[in-house]
Amino acid sequence: MSPTQGTGRADRAHSAGRTVVDIAAAVANGSLSAVAVLEENLAAIAARESEVHAFNLVTADRARERATQIDADVQAGKKVGRLAGVTIALKDNMCTRGVETTCSSKILAGWKPPYDATVVRRLADEGAVFVGKTNLDEFAMGSSTENSAFGPTRNPLDTSRVPGGSSGGSAAAVAAGFATASLGSDTGGSIRQPAALCGLVGVKPTYGMVSRQGLVAFGSSLDQIGPFTTTVADAALMMEVIAGHDPLDSTSLPQPAPMLTGELSKGVQGMRIGRITDMPEGSSPDVLAQLEAAFDALRAAGATVVDVQMPSMLYGLTAYYLVAPAEASSNLARFDGVRYGLRVDAKDLNSMYGATRAAGFGDEVKRRIMLGTYALSAGYYDAYYGKALKVRRLIADDFAQAYTKCDAILTPTSPTVAFKFGDKTSNPLAMYLCDVFTIPTNLAGHAAMSVPFGTGEAGLPVGVQILAPALGEAPMFRVAAELERAQ
Amino acid sequence: MPEPISRETVQKVARLARLDLNDAEVERMTQQLAGMLEHFRDVDALDLSNVEPLTQPIPLSNVLRDDVVAPSLDRDEVLGSAPAAQDGRFRVPPIVGFEE
Amino acid sequence: MTTPVNTSSGASASVNLSSIVATAEQLIDGWELVVGLEVHVELATKTKLFSASANRFGDEPNTHIDPVTLGLPGALPVLNRHAVELAMRLGLALNCRVQPCTFHRKNYFYPDLPKAYQISQYDQPLNIDGWLMLPGDVRIGVERAHLEEDTGKSTHAGGAEGRIQGSDYSLIDFNRAGVPLVEIVSRPDIRTSDQAKQYVSELRGILLAVGASDAKMEEGSMRCDVNVSVHKPGTPFGTRCEIKNVNSIRSVGRAIDYEARRQIDLINSGGVVKQQTLHWDDVAGRTNVLRTKEDADDYRYFLEPDLVPLAPDAAWIERVRAALPPLPAARRAALATLTGAGKESESVAVIVERGQDEYISAVAKVGGDAARALIYVQQAFAEEPATPRVPAGDIAALSLMEKNAKLTSTQAKTLLAELVTNGGGDVLAMAKAKGFEAMATGALESIVDQAIAADPQAWAKYKAGEQKAIGALVGAVMKLSAGKADGKAVTALLQAKASS
Ligand SMILES: [Mg+2]
Ligand SMILES: [Zn+2]
Repeated sequence: MSPTQGTGRADRAHSAGRTVVDIAAAVANGSLSAVAVLEENLAAIAARESEVHAFNLVTADRARERATQIDADVQAGKKVGRLAGVTIALKDNMCTRGVETTCSSKILAGWKPPYDATVVRRLADEGAVFVGKTNLDEFAMGSSTENSAFGPTRNPLDTSRVPGGSSGGSAAAVAAGFATASLGSDTGGSIRQPAALCGLVGVKPTYGMVSRQGLVAFGSSLDQIGPFTTTVADAALMMEVIAGHDPLDSTSLPQPAPMLTGELSKGVQGMRIGRITDMPEGSSPDVLAQLEAAFDALRAAGATVVDVQMPSMLYGLTAYYLVAPAEASSNLARFDGVRYGLRVDAKDLNSMYGATRAAGFGDEVKRRIMLGTYALSAGYYDAYYGKALKVRRLIADDFAQAYTKCDAILTPTSPTVAFKFGDKTSNPLAMYLCDVFTIPTNLAGHAAMSVPFGTGEAGLPVGVQILAPALGEAPMFRVAAELERAQ
Repeated sequence: MPEPISRETVQKVARLARLDLNDAEVERMTQQLAGMLEHFRDVDALDLSNVEPLTQPIPLSNVLRDDVVAPSLDRDEVLGSAPAAQDGRFRVPPIVGFEE
Repeated sequence: MTTPVNTSSGASASVNLSSIVATAEQLIDGWELVVGLEVHVELATKTKLFSASANRFGDEPNTHIDPVTLGLPGALPVLNRHAVELAMRLGLALNCRVQPCTFHRKNYFYPDLPKAYQISQYDQPLNIDGWLMLPGDVRIGVERAHLEEDTGKSTHAGGAEGRIQGSDYSLIDFNRAGVPLVEIVSRPDIRTSDQAKQYVSELRGILLAVGASDAKMEEGSMRCDVNVSVHKPGTPFGTRCEIKNVNSIRSVGRAIDYEARRQIDLINSGGVVKQQTLHWDDVAGRTNVLRTKEDADDYRYFLEPDLVPLAPDAAWIERVRAALPPLPAARRAALATLTGAGKESESVAVIVERGQDEYISAVAKVGGDAARALIYVQQAFAEEPATPRVPAGDIAALSLMEKNAKLTSTQAKTLLAELVTNGGGDVLAMAKAKGFEAMATGALESIVDQAIAADPQAWAKYKAGEQKAIGALVGAVMKLSAGKADGKAVTALLQAKASS
């Protein structure tokens, strides 16, 4: 499919031209070889990776071995999984046994985890082929992938622009045809915003739906793993594989993965779609125009659009930028030069700690560690962290109120289409505003996704965000499928 | 709302976080943190007195595991990726200024 | 780790007036001692508090490690049900309320703390508001007993004697990291060092009784921090000092006595006690300053987002309560009643501590004499397990023979030793073989004692190993008994007396 209308960029973006659903079916029935699929991706990587820099590491040899094995299994008549031969890129903050996992940070450069993340195991069990580890803002802190210690990723649709972030490498890898699908992590919009900027479908599942085990933590109460795909059906299938209870994650929801592929054809007849009347301002007109078009499309398909209020939405950003750094300051304290990763030698232990962490972390990470440490420290907890948690409650209450009137809410995913490099790097607050629409749902722990819907400035894709309540993935995917059909 | 953040506070926080900052970084950090915290004053407009903090988005309780042993990681593999190891242990520089 | 909340034992600058007042004899030169204890115990689980890595002491370093134990990026904690159950058992045994609770992160950097935070309980611990009764009906409040994870172990190399100061480097073993601990925090209700020792000993007995821990202080599975302050009766509590590294019950007493004296002398000489963390040096018999509290770390406690609340329901709590075994105090009372011994007598305390009280009940049940059994078991079964190898029936038989004057106490002791050596035996046959039953042994023994008294030189020689000296003694007994005594029995009796 083509998510944008009549631009050359879109065609190039999906040069592989195959979906997860198609590949899995064709490889499993022997009509397509997993090796051929992989070689197509590797050829695209050879052609454009030096320009895009989607990857921190391409695992071509391992991938070839794996693809060859899958083809052999198919030949031998063995049962292959639901993702047989599907090439997948993994954000480089997910642990892969024996394969470097860096979080795009110098402090973890060269570290090879001795275990696999749960999502990695689940994908592997279903026959996926891992192409490599993708670039990100260091420790997932950023909205443009400019904060990587290994250099930025470029938007394959326009390499003068950012791919969004922090999962920019995962978005770029799919948009550039380097992989059929990818996984990202979303703490405040880090899947949905790059999906929007790269013209992809990106899902932030309900908190607890996908195991965090093996995901290097940023904001533990906010982080969720989700897929990037070119179609809604692909995202649904990916979710069915990666979601579901994991006993290794105490915050994992007890229920099995939701069956979503069956939802896609149900349409939106009778559904109530919320429009936030007191939405934060600052979105560009092209983005708002596509949002209106999306409402129209759903109305035309039989949905009702209802007004809802989110008076505390504005405060989401404020609460998020204390809650996430507070958790991060604690989560990142383990990078101390003792057990793994970088050590800068020094005469005594405390000097070693200070020098290692100073050399290992980039500016944005340091800034958030400082902010988070401050917000939790004696004398400041109640004024900052404690208050932020109360704001978090207000936001959840606003959503609860809104969902008494509607089944899902539409907003822009990002206030603008992909922006140029350096546009927001000098001003952290301006960068943080990229996530104004995506953050509240992380605070509430609800489901959300971005689907491409038309284009805006410079022919670049616009993403529409669908918000749904906790465990609202089924209605959310119905809306997403409808928007995709309306393209 | 507490005082605006000072250089001294930034230095103290940096010590708590075990993050060596040079003078220029302390200066820059002081300004940027002040900017962030200033932004947080928006929240002062809200009446939060009767609001329960929300720490975990989805309420679960009593998530428990059976007391069954699983194999250990391989010590050599783990120590092999450590910055320094000796005698089957992780090695660190002398511990100064701590209690025993 | 140190208890987070302000309610911790031993108030500092608080205006608390103690409700528990020392007796005049308990005062030290007119000063009242106030002690609170924080005791850490390792729970007897198979795995760690938050991961499936083995909880085992004494193995090769870093052989019980997994991603959670090492704090590897991406690793997540999952709570051990058995650890919770053991902590509940202990809490209920300490008369605590078991309540819904949460876990917090306590953030600080130290190389044996893998994640740079310890997962512990903060304002909502599992067990609160209990008490422990010391012998003599002294009731010590238990403020809380919460769950937390242990740290790894650092070894300091180079420098002097493995001490941290002046070492060249340290080596870290994470086998202990993540082992489940319960921290039991007493209220500052203890007024003497003897009470403190009794508290630790009683707590240890309870831990063993409920199977929560092996509570081996020498192996570190039970560790005491002692808070000490002094004040004049009727005035607010003094400033307290916390003493770490107190690794035996005896040291608890010594450390408190030393520290109380130090504080009193300091105040008497015009000084002021500063709130400090001290280290007990058992060899030198003194406390040393580790650090003053002003530069204490700022632990930045916050709710652990990777764990969910723990809320044991009433059914679970009642199930645990119902399954609690009898506790040491009740067992001492029962044993005292059964044997007629005082409930604070040493023999009763020792037998309950060894867990051999049930064995004595078993002896009584088959008709044995409980009072004698208590003495036998105390004297001869120190090396025996809680359920000794000697069948209860054999001890019952022995006790009856002695009670019915078929054996002298010396003869009984001889047979008892043989029973222990052989793991039991037919007491009647053993007595016969030794000739103990040939004459009314009570009478025989008194004659033997007369013979010994009459010829102390012969007795001394015989005892010193001169075998032929026995002839004079046997001859004297035969004469005194008018030939009624059995020579073999006399010889055996003399032998038994000489070797006892
Ligand atoms: Mg403590
Ligand atoms: Zn503790």
